[in-house]
Amino acid sequence: MTRIGRWIGSHLVLAGGILVLLYMYIPNMIVAVMSFNDSSGARNLYAFQKFTWNNWLHPCAPEGMCSSLVTSIEIGLLATFFATLIGTFAAFGLVRHKFAGRSLMNLVLFLPMATPEIVMGSSLLALFVAAGLGGHLGFVTILIAHIMFCISFVVITVKSRLAGLDGTLEQAAMDLYATEWQTFWKVTFPLVFPGILSAALLAFSLSFDDFIITNLNSGQTVTFPMFVWGAAQRGVPMQVNVIGTVMFLVALAAVILGEVGARRRRKAIAAR
Amino acid sequence: MSQVSSGTGRDLRLSGLQKTYPNGFTAVHDLDLVVPQGSFFALLGPSGCGKTTTLRMVAGLETPTAGSITIGDADITHAKPYKRPVNTVFQNYALFPHLSIAENVEFGLKRRKVADSRAQVKAILELTELAEQAAKLPTQLSGGQQQRVALARAIVNRPEVLLLDEPLGALDLKLRRAMQVELKRIQEEVGITFVHVTHDQEEAMSMADTVAVMNQGVIEQMGSPYDLYTNPHTTFVANFLGRSNLIKGTVVGREGAGDDAVVKVDMHGTIATIKASKVHTDSKDGWLGIRPEKVLIQPAGTAIDAPGSSISGGVVTDASYLGVSTDYTVRMPWGQEIICFEQNTGRRGGLIPVGTQVDVSWRPEFAFLLDASQDADAGIVEED
Repeated sequence: MTRIGRWIGSHLVLAGGILVLLYMYIPNMIVAVMSFNDSSGARNLYAFQKFTWNNWLHPCAPEGMCSSLVTSIEIGLLATFFATLIGTFAAFGLVRHKFAGRSLMNLVLFLPMATPEIVMGSSLLALFVAAGLGGHLGFVTILIAHIMFCISFVVITVKSRLAGLDGTLEQAAMDLYATEWQTFWKVTFPLVFPGILSAALLAFSLSFDDFIITNLNSGQTVTFPMFVWGAAQRGVPMQVNVIGTVMFLVALAAVILGEVGARRRRKAIAAR
Repeated sequence: MSQVSSGTGRDLRLSGLQKTYPNGFTAVHDLDLVVPQGSFFALLGPSGCGKTTTLRMVAGLETPTAGSITIGDADITHAKPYKRPVNTVFQNYALFPHLSIAENVEFGLKRRKVADSRAQVKAILELTELAEQAAKLPTQLSGGQQQRVALARAIVNRPEVLLLDEPLGALDLKLRRAMQVELKRIQEEVGITFVHVTHDQEEAMSMADTVAVMNQGVIEQMGSPYDLYTNPHTTFVANFLGRSNLIKGTVVGREGAGDDAVVKVDMHGTIATIKASKVHTDSKDGWLGIRPEKVLIQPAGTAIDAPGSSISGGVVTDASYLGVSTDYTVRMPWGQEIICFEQNTGRRGGLIPVGTQVDVSWRPEFAFLLDASQDADAGIVEED
């Protein structure tokens, strides 16, 4: 009885786990399947009609889609770079130095994460208009907005990594003849790097993904989410699924490459 | 005492060293200390006594408020940690988690751009029996192995002084005893000056040539384990290093001269003699101290085989049989309880039952006299 109970117990966990994974990945699978859908002449755009390579062979066929994608990637990369840079410095400052107003600073940095996007977007618009940028909304204002809301996430992510770092490691490095500069690059940075990297990835996906704040501050510029939104009124072109699938594969490849790299390094040490 | 060489000119010298924190707490008061080159030196004291702060000042991780630190002729008081011929074994080991064992050990050599660093790493890993672990990461090792990595990472640099901050504190008792032997072996093999900080008196006594007992930021007494144990100068040392019976007494006279000089002490009506070299008070009153294993015990009326300072009228109130020995607690006529450890040689053929009237006695040369103004309970530690 208990043996059967245990069998069910252990397999229930497994079954539950598989169900959760399916729940998380079915949308991705549907996107992948739909990227091979030939929707020409079909009434229902959300049903699979017949198989075609066309979407993959001509991904930029829908007008304006690829240029919006390029705009999103450019803004994403720039926003990630600046937000990660500023946020990492801020995190070091907040964790490593005691100064008056530090706890207030922590709160101030956290608030943008809790602010509804629609509020933040409209305040930014009001600010830009007040600053005389009303007629010049576009790439630069989107970038400024994205850097702004990404910083909070970077600070929080890097800070938690940094706070978990054992301070005696740096003392040990200095004790072992490493100068301050060497201590940072040989010990502190490699140990904090995973935090900085995940902060950067988070910043990129937040920027790439953002619709509400972007839409309010974009002027004539069209980002990828805005393109999809606009296209969805008439019917999403199947090429959007191609872009979605590629993005998923890129993310997957990044994870796999990271793991392979770590294993190779382990083996290289073993071979010494 | 083994090879305590002196005058070779590379001694570690702390002069008037003081550390006061910004909040006003003084961790170390005006410390003067000379650690001879090549010796195994222990700084022993309870937590918060300033021993770790002292160590960190030598390592360069804390800046002294006053005083100086020199190795030989070189003043390193304000030198950066990486400019000192000093390495540290940290209490939590502080191994770099992202580097393999071999890379951890090579870290210091690489920073100094030593040419044959690989070969030196290999040699030191063999000395510390870690050759098999070279490619692993620190988290893959056991506590004892991590401890040896921390040691290897420090001594591979051949520092002039190696600092060890409670290096065995995180290990279980059995492993700790084994590592004590190991540390002593390695120290003798490499011949580096070891400064070992610990709160474990057995650890300090079993390994060190010289022990400095520290309390509240000052060194209470310094000497060989034998001298400290047999001739403590303060009640703190008498209680912290082993245990002591401290009995109130009054100096009633002095006799003899030179090595034979003795002091006569009246303790609750019994006159005891104490060697003048073991008297550490100038006042009339004092604490007569005697180690529990030096106290002989015998049922009243039977002869004690080592007559000396003898007191009658005691009653056994507790007897704990420990196999090797028996701990007796004896209530003296004036109400104080004194402890007596007796080896179970089988001579007695059984235990003395609780309630028995007994006489206690000790050879006069084992007793010492401490200043009455000191707290008789100072330095008593709960057994852990």
